[in-house]
Amino acid sequence: MSGGTYLGMPSFPVAAKTATHDGRLRGNMHRAMNTIRTRRARAVSELDDWAQLRQAGKEIKDRALRHLDEYLLQIEERVTEAGGHVHWAADAAAANRIVAGLAKAAGAAEVVKIKSMATQEIGLNEALAAEGIDAWETDLAELIVQLGHDRPSHIVVPAIHRNRSEIREIFRAEMGRNGRPAPDDLTDRPADLAEAARLHLREKFLRAKVAVSGANFLIAETGTAVIVESEGNGRMCLTLPETLISVVGIEKVLPTQRDLEVFLQLLPRSSTAERMNPYTSMWTGVTAGDGPSDFHLVLLDNGRTETLADEVGRQALRCIRCAACLNVCPVYERAGGHAYGSVYPGPIGAILSPQLRGIDNPVDASLPFASSLCGACYEACPVAIDIPEVLVHLRERAVEQPGHGAERAVMNAATWLLDHPAALAAAERAASATRKLHPRTLNLGPAAAWSDTRDLPEVPSESFRAWWRKQHR
Amino acid sequence: MRVALFATCVNDALYPSTAIATVRLLERLGVKVDFPQAQTCCGQPQYNSGYRKQVEPLVTRMVNTLAEYDYVVTPSGSCAAMVRNHYPRIDVKSTELAPRMLELTEFLVDVLGVEDVGAYYPHTVTYHPSCHGLRMLGLGERPRRLLKAVRGLTLLELPAADECCGFGGTFAVKNPDVSAAMGADKVAHAEETGAEVLCGADNSCLMHLGGLMRRSGSALRPVHLAEILASTEQEVAR
Repeated sequence: MSGGTYLGMPSFPVAAKTATHDGRLRGNMHRAMNTIRTRRARAVSELDDWAQLRQAGKEIKDRALRHLDEYLLQIEERVTEAGGHVHWAADAAAANRIVAGLAKAAGAAEVVKIKSMATQEIGLNEALAAEGIDAWETDLAELIVQLGHDRPSHIVVPAIHRNRSEIREIFRAEMGRNGRPAPDDLTDRPADLAEAARLHLREKFLRAKVAVSGANFLIAETGTAVIVESEGNGRMCLTLPETLISVVGIEKVLPTQRDLEVFLQLLPRSSTAERMNPYTSMWTGVTAGDGPSDFHLVLLDNGRTETLADEVGRQALRCIRCAACLNVCPVYERAGGHAYGSVYPGPIGAILSPQLRGIDNPVDASLPFASSLCGACYEACPVAIDIPEVLVHLRERAVEQPGHGAERAVMNAATWLLDHPAALAAAERAASATRKLHPRTLNLGPAAAWSDTRDLPEVPSESFRAWWRKQHR
Repeated sequence: MRVALFATCVNDALYPSTAIATVRLLERLGVKVDFPQAQTCCGQPQYNSGYRKQVEPLVTRMVNTLAEYDYVVTPSGSCAAMVRNHYPRIDVKSTELAPRMLELTEFLVDVLGVEDVGAYYPHTVTYHPSCHGLRMLGLGERPRRLLKAVRGLTLLELPAADECCGFGGTFAVKNPDVSAAMGADKVAHAEETGAEVLCGADNSCLMHLGGLMRRSGSALRPVHLAEILASTEQEVAR
């Protein structure tokens, strides 16, 4: 089965308009965001060296990115020494081809999956379906999204837009069509929903020959892959099947094992507000008699090298996918994750998607503008990505695209007027002289976008400039 | 000490009462303030919309116009942050202006060393800390400490105060639905406090919130912090 895709999504303002008028979605999001924000603030405030950890996280990631060419070759060497296989995928199509080929070679008609952003980014499930291979999501929230023929709307909590009763309806309607059905008397109690998912998934874990994962970190020094999770479903995928295929973005590199010390503090506290996450799995190649006997690491570029070449934009590659920026973002809370038209929603998505996918399509061209530049994301980011700075930088690229002629003309005119104070004063006098004629609403272009919901300000009887001249004649 | 007022384009053209209040307040505190008339706009609307080239002449104008002052004081956290945080990235000539640009409450508390400015304002007030002042300048408790020292004023705490009001410059018209939804929540929080006045230190945010309040028939009034601080027993703002 395949989930929804992001192809042909409307631009952000259009998609967000629907979401802001969806009362149930607004309610689900507001409650969930409030809870996460409060818990995260508490988890972070427990550490008196959070600022230093954040700085260390930033510097380690920057070092990894600066010498990425060397670290990636080191990883290939270490993984190969440890009995694994390394594949290089320049783009989504290449990565999908590699994974499908490996699954087929293993004789698998299905794979189990650990929650992975990278495989969603490349549309792996759809690509495998096209080859006749079923891909089963095993993260609870990803399962809800997949069974609901839906798309994830949050990086860490993909089904955050759903409430309990919606989840019960999805399980009752869909589990039976895809394996073990939900019990007839399923309630919407979290424990009952989790039990239904456990039984449904257990069958798949025990049957699967091939698992597909991502990774949170790749250690160059040792060739070790690391996954941080809460449910233990990932641990099942990583240990039960014979073949493990990990698709990992090249920016996930950390130079040394020691660097994990920093990130295993930053990530759980920032993402799920936990001091320590319940399951941390690490594996290096293969170990006889312990876990998968066949390990493949697919190193994914898919726009990352180009992002790295941009001096301002490259800081987006520091991201550790904790979603702290989503959780504090007032725009994300009201627009919902789907409006961002990407597996990466929220502030980080608004700077990552246009860089990875290019800015020449309606969704990605609109994303840099999907922010009030309030800066809450930058403040929350555990690796200090200055998201507002990158947003403005990407706006500069976006307005170079066709369709900004009228806006550029307005900006040019405004700059001319503001560079001629005498002309500005004359314009202010004219506005004041006609002030009684100015309406509170206007139905034209940007003025209409303002005055649909807000009155226009009154024009004063004289400008400050005019008042000052009178005082200092 | 030579002090210039940077009125900002929004205050000059739409909210002269805020700039006048800033002048009167500073004069009352014994500061002689000048208004160099070649000043216009810091260029933030162009900068934040992606038109960096259009900002350059305005940066040059600001640098030249404000060169000879020890301090430049502005009743806008957002415009102060533009000059202090973004100008050096646009033009190296501005690195000398940037540290001299102070938001009004910084000048009062840090330079003049006053918290009680001798104001009188017999109203209940709630304060919205606008984002750029809050996060880029780090104004912290300065505005609220100044408000608490005003005689007759009762300060009521605004729930979710640190959350953006949804103005965001051109964001307000490029994403009008999300902007209005954020603004409506901010207004609802302000109304919950039961205050008569919603105070802020940035008139662009108050223009957005005031527009929403006026449309919905809210009893709340938006008033800039400078106007409250300039009020005395003899002359109370609105």
